[in-house]
Amino acid sequence: MTSALRNAAPMAVVLLIVVVVWYLGAVWLNFDVTQNLADDDATFWDIVRGTMRQDRPLLPAPHQLVAELASSVFGQPPDSVKSLVYHAGVTALAACLGFLIALALGTALAVGIVHVRTLDRSLMLWIITSQTIPVLAIAPMVVVVLGNIGFTGLLPKSLIAGYLSFFPIATGLVKGLRSPDPMQRDLMRTYSASRAQIFAMLRWPAAMPFLFPSLKVAATLALVGAIVAELPTGAQAGLGARLLTGSYYGQTLQIWAALFMAAFLALLAIAIVDLCQLALVRKRGGRL
Amino acid sequence: MPPDTAMLGAPAVATTLPVVRAKNLSVVFDSHGQRTVALSDVSVDIARGNFVSLIGPSGCGKTTLLRAIADLEQPSAGTLIVNGTSPGQARLNRAYGYVFQAPALYPWRSVERNVMLPLEIMKMPRADRQRRADRYLDLVGLAEFRRRFPWQLSGGMQQRVSIARALSFEPALLLMDEPFGALDEITRDGLNLHLHKLWRSTGMTVIFVTHSIPESVFLSTRIVVMSPRPGKVVEVIDVDLPDERELELRESPEFLRVAHRVREALRAGHSYD
Repeated sequence: MTSALRNAAPMAVVLLIVVVVWYLGAVWLNFDVTQNLADDDATFWDIVRGTMRQDRPLLPAPHQLVAELASSVFGQPPDSVKSLVYHAGVTALAACLGFLIALALGTALAVGIVHVRTLDRSLMLWIITSQTIPVLAIAPMVVVVLGNIGFTGLLPKSLIAGYLSFFPIATGLVKGLRSPDPMQRDLMRTYSASRAQIFAMLRWPAAMPFLFPSLKVAATLALVGAIVAELPTGAQAGLGARLLTGSYYGQTLQIWAALFMAAFLALLAIAIVDLCQLALVRKRGGRL
Repeated sequence: MPPDTAMLGAPAVATTLPVVRAKNLSVVFDSHGQRTVALSDVSVDIARGNFVSLIGPSGCGKTTLLRAIADLEQPSAGTLIVNGTSPGQARLNRAYGYVFQAPALYPWRSVERNVMLPLEIMKMPRADRQRRADRYLDLVGLAEFRRRFPWQLSGGMQQRVSIARALSFEPALLLMDEPFGALDEITRDGLNLHLHKLWRSTGMTVIFVTHSIPESVFLSTRIVVMSPRPGKVVEVIDVDLPDERELELRESPEFLRVAHRVREALRAGHSYD
């Protein structure tokens, strides 16, 4: 509790600095446009005030963004296409499904790599190569190919989210599953434990401290993947769609609101992973 | 070799057979073209119910011999028979419990669940597992710590948990690889006394690797003195001290006499190289 209080003051200072810099930036970036639109007899301070009232500002002022967020989150029924909650839900669902795909794929790859020597030699190169291909390049192809065989909407988005987020899970788990020291492994050998038992009672529990940091990275990557997958497809719903239509019609406020919602979803995802970790830590008597 | 196998084929006399019989045993490690002879031509018999210490300086192969008995290392030559079968079969039969130099507890398991680990692997029913864990934690004096986690215990307590874990499935043979090597002397004295009483009450066979002369004399019925490069047996010393031992025994003339013999044998071993 005291540490939370001690952290509060520095965090408030940082927030204040960000807001001040932001206002200065808004004035500076929107000044020219506002000046061109203003009456000839407008004073400098009239223009400064005007920079924070633009409909389509280059950089919206913080209070404009807060108003936009409030109206699009609370001012609409959550199932309306005008509601930011609705769009966030669409993206979050795709990201969640993608995360589960990544967890399954990453675990399967890691288990294979740790247990099968040929997979160890052959798979890792492909996994690393897969991550060098920009997701923006591969996403439209995945969407088009899957669309041609009748899969549209959620599935292609989830696959792209999964594609982006399986990598940290696979690499983290490979390291974790290999983390037991020789003595811990010899112990299992003296009990004539089967491979399945060694996995369940030694390798998997030993991998947990490696898995959770990976899960946090993967959760945010799944979100990025879902948003990126919505960009090239002309998706009708989702945060990606909001970004796209926002930039199409110059609705900068809409773009910024969608960005803030994406950041909020990422924080939420990390908080959920942290809660799972906390539950495991409690079960393990206070340590992961 | 044939007479051994013939004898071992007859289960009726199995109780009189040595628990471990090594004959002309060699273990050679080959890594990156570098040949290391860890054990050379070692022959030793370990009779049922004995407490046998393997003592010698580093590199004498005492741990290698123990690991070969446990099927953790493979012999390069010679024969090794454990509990009437090959070491591999003995391991599959779960004939021995092994206590390592470090406690090797799994930190994510509570103390009692660490003790239950081998029982879970052997698929013992839950109620029996609990009973065994209670019993052996009580035996090593840690009953009240069963819900704690390994890192909450001192080094000596952790090693006692690992002993309880090795005893939990009641093997006839206990292999201990310098179990108290990392502990301070006071803790070590206490654990030596503890182990002695445990051995007396269970009647099992113990093979104990150490490089402490007083420890080996205090605990053992026989001491196998080994020498390094290549690892071999210098002398086997019978310890004719009373069966019931207390720590004060270590100041008695008989004790010092045996300790002196062990020291002489160790010195003789060293003069070989």
